[in-house]
Amino acid sequence: MPAKIAVRDVRKSFPTAANGPLPVIGGLDFEVADSEFVAIVGPSGCGKTTLLNILAGFERPDGGCVAIDGVVRNGPSPKGIVISQQGSVFPWLTVQQNLMFGLNGHANRRALADHYIELVGLKGFEKGYPHELSGGMLKRVEMARALVVKPEILYMDEPLGALDALTGLRMRIELRRILSEERHTCLLVTHNVEEAIHLADRILVLSPRPTRIQASFAVPLRHPRDLASPEAQRLKVAILRELGL
Amino acid sequence: MRKLGQIAGPLAVIGMLIAAWWITVVQSGSVIFPTPWQVVTGTYELVEQGTLLDHIGASLYRVGVGFFLAVALGVPLGLLMGWVAGAFTMLNPIIQILRPISPIAWIPLAILWFGVGDLSPIFLIFLSSIFPIVVQTISGVHTIERQYLRAAQNFGVSRTRLFGRVVIPAVLPQIIIAMRVGLGVAWLVVVAAEMIALRSGLGYLIIDSRNAGNRYDLVIAGMVIIGVTGLFLDSAMRRLEGLKAVRWRYAR
Repeated sequence: MPAKIAVRDVRKSFPTAANGPLPVIGGLDFEVADSEFVAIVGPSGCGKTTLLNILAGFERPDGGCVAIDGVVRNGPSPKGIVISQQGSVFPWLTVQQNLMFGLNGHANRRALADHYIELVGLKGFEKGYPHELSGGMLKRVEMARALVVKPEILYMDEPLGALDALTGLRMRIELRRILSEERHTCLLVTHNVEEAIHLADRILVLSPRPTRIQASFAVPLRHPRDLASPEAQRLKVAILRELGL
Repeated sequence: MRKLGQIAGPLAVIGMLIAAWWITVVQSGSVIFPTPWQVVTGTYELVEQGTLLDHIGASLYRVGVGFFLAVALGVPLGLLMGWVAGAFTMLNPIIQILRPISPIAWIPLAILWFGVGDLSPIFLIFLSSIFPIVVQTISGVHTIERQYLRAAQNFGVSRTRLFGRVVIPAVLPQIIIAMRVGLGVAWLVVVAAEMIALRSGLGYLIIDSRNAGNRYDLVIAGMVIIGVTGLFLDSAMRRLEGLKAVRWRYAR
């Protein structure tokens, strides 16, 4: 059985006006198993977002390829939904309409939307507009909108980066709870090592540009995880050391 | 109390301007330049004759038709040019060349093509307002934030659904601004457009009052009515900003 996501020698450069192409991703190889949660951490500017965009099909690699279920990917698809830092909940649609957006042609889309609105704790806000919601609630809408189409893969690009620390922590716990109810393959890009330890089964540390995989850590901790435990702390120190801290 | 200040302040400024105008006219002993009161009596004269409403109605009609045509053509054109890169490349140069030509420069051609009836001023008003509408709509499409387009693409929606559910709603606030600007310009050129109008319109009123006996009280009356009507038109357009479909843009 092929890996859920297989990344084979992916390379990417960006053209610059002054110095020719700037290599950002310098050959990446890794696999993600079905239902696995992999976090990718790395120094800022190392091409994490570019990598995620390539995985999700929004950008093409210059070399190498990405295969989903053994099939080379060449564009975005509802099989893998992106949740990004800046958020992309449509401000002109209500919460419910946002969730129904991706369910076109679905038989009972309203019921399905309402189910997921309830799952993320937003019951009562179905008819609300995004500008009437707080940042944390907006993130829940974004998550619910991704989950409602039952994607096999969730690509998360600093999904909680824009939230305050407390809301971010709360959302992590929520996310873990939802993932225990529904199996998804998850790829999380973050600069928050603690967030990665909290959520992921495996953590890949990227090197500075042109980025490669510098180290890989399994997270052998059971959920719910205690980030203050000695194992978690040791892991955090080890990862931070890889990042040069 | 604050509301009172919002009305009383501007009224005081207008009152002071009128006073300064009045004093200046009386002091200079001008026989041709009217006092504010003469403008009022002149306006009343027009009301009694029953021509004032006809003039306003004629101007509103021409601006209405010209502006409507400009929106009906300009918004789809702007959407097309904003969305399809090829259309932008093809059409943008000619639009940028035509845009700076004042509608007044078109008057001879308008007379040649449409004569001196209603069509000529409608054509000139249409010309003046279509360009700001097209340009603003294009920029609205170009500034749709990429994450929305990507999200829509991610959910695998069809192009028609993408256009109807994402592009149009995202650009709608800009279209409303485009319409506000377009209507403002349309009303602005009404005087010039009606220089060639036959026997009606506020522009005609102004030109005719000057030509037929130096009735400067009526000239100024026409100017004031144009200004006040423009204010009403703009505040009517501003009401569109309160529509549910675009409130998200102004809510934060």
